Amino acid sequence: MTSPAPIAETRDSAPKPDPAAVPALSIDGVSHAYGPRRALSDVSFNVAPASFTALLGLNGAGKSTLFSLITRLFGIQSGHVGIFGHDVSSMPGEALRLLGVVFQPRTLDLDLSLTQNLLYHAALHGIGRRDAAARAAELLDRIRLAERAGSKVRDLSGGQMRRLEIARALLHRPRLLLLDEPTVGLDVKARADIISHVRQLVTEQGIGVLWATHLFDEIAPGDDLVVLHQGKVLAKGPVGRVITDAGAQDVNTAFMRLTGAQVMPGGGA
Amino acid sequence: MSTITAHDTPRGFSFAEYMTCLTGIVWREGLRFLHQRERFVSALVRPLVWLFIFAAGFRQVLGISIIPPYETYILYEVFIAPGLMAMIQLFNGMQSSLSMVYDREMGNMRTLLVSPLPRGFLLFCKLLAGTAVSLLQVYAFLLIAWFWDITPPPVGYLTVLPALILSGLMLGSLGMLISSGIKQLENFAGVMNFVIFPMFFASSALYPLWRVQEGSPYLYYVCEANPFTHAVELIRFALYGQINWVSLAVVATCTIVFMIGAIIAYDPSRGLTRRGPAGGEG
Repeated sequence: MTSPAPIAETRDSAPKPDPAAVPALSIDGVSHAYGPRRALSDVSFNVAPASFTALLGLNGAGKSTLFSLITRLFGIQSGHVGIFGHDVSSMPGEALRLLGVVFQPRTLDLDLSLTQNLLYHAALHGIGRRDAAARAAELLDRIRLAERAGSKVRDLSGGQMRRLEIARALLHRPRLLLLDEPTVGLDVKARADIISHVRQLVTEQGIGVLWATHLFDEIAPGDDLVVLHQGKVLAKGPVGRVITDAGAQDVNTAFMRLTGAQVMPGGGA
Repeated sequence: MSTITAHDTPRGFSFAEYMTCLTGIVWREGLRFLHQRERFVSALVRPLVWLFIFAAGFRQVLGISIIPPYETYILYEVFIAPGLMAMIQLFNGMQSSLSMVYDREMGNMRTLLVSPLPRGFLLFCKLLAGTAVSLLQVYAFLLIAWFWDITPPPVGYLTVLPALILSGLMLGSLGMLISSGIKQLENFAGVMNFVIFPMFFASSALYPLWRVQEGSPYLYYVCEANPFTHAVELIRFALYGQINWVSLAVVATCTIVFMIGAIIAYDPSRGLTRRGPAGGEG
């Protein structure tokens, strides 16, 4: 157990957004219970704009519950969640407008085409048809799926579907992107593609990213890290500091020491 | 954290944004419906079985006197057609609402609910989209029924539309209210036994209420109090270019009450937590 360290709000490596920037995401004392079972206990951390924050935890750690609270799928029982200073409970519209999200389960309409999926999402954000069509075409081009625009989503590979979900999450030009284990079930190549694409979004577009994962090799040295275990934040801060504070040499060992968990040979928690 | 200042000033949403959202949701529901032919066929087969088989068998048993809105003696098939139209909407409303509350459509509901527009509005759009689908089913039924000598006046096909929209919304929001509020009714069999069948049989869908009154005065009161009876009567009168004001008032009031109740009671965590916390992971 380390003393929790605040996540660096100003980072040397990231492009400077607004100097007086409020956090892209602020989680403040959030607890959640499913009946008698406590899923989250007093969780607090921030995600800075233009930063990549990895939320590391085992299955069942509370990552998806946290995502459901941030996206206001569930009502917040205690604590506060803010997106660029907009409280998710009291100003959900303003908060969600700035948020893009890729859920762990697939949420695309398999029988609709790529473009139709994107247009539907655009409509949900009140983006008019013409504007939406232009944005959809541009995004499909960027994820190299332009020639598949009219195909049914069902015909895509797992990696292509994920890329499409990320494109969809970016359609309304959010400034915070949440991804819940987005590489689960993907092959090595598709995983690498997705990770580099999202990292590019951070450096080139200044988007703040919260990336939930249980895979150590998805975490880079320059990232911020939040270790979530059994609903509690055990450590947070720049990756290097979390490792040092845990008296370890790498993320794997640090995670193991913090949680007492067994690390699997594949590099996953 | 409490001292943070808002990064952007709230700007709310324009009317155009609301309308874009509404049309987008209805458009998607329509597209999905076109891809689900089995759902369409089964939605049509149910009322057609009643029309072709049940009504043919019952024609001789039940005599129908001349009652408004009919101006002549009518065949039993003609009498039950509005009831069957309402039945299509009853099934459709219950089915789509159940899937909104429980996990079958959860991926879709997640996509919907992370929209920044107010949740109540999103659910209203979703109910309206479900109603739009039921309209396609009802009109397909009317088309087939026309060949079975159920021929309301041509203008009736138009005047019945607002009645169908209202009754569709009422039944959809009732379905959502019931499936949000009653934990036990989490599968369709439960809803069939405890909601659909009682509502359908204790109504004026299959028999005129004066016949019910002759048989059992108590059942008559139950039928009179059943909102489904008024949905049927609203549709029946509208199909003949008339307005049943009592039914209109009942259906409109019930729609408002059920919809507000459904929006308040709707809890997405119910669908998600059924498969373990938040859909598969913790």
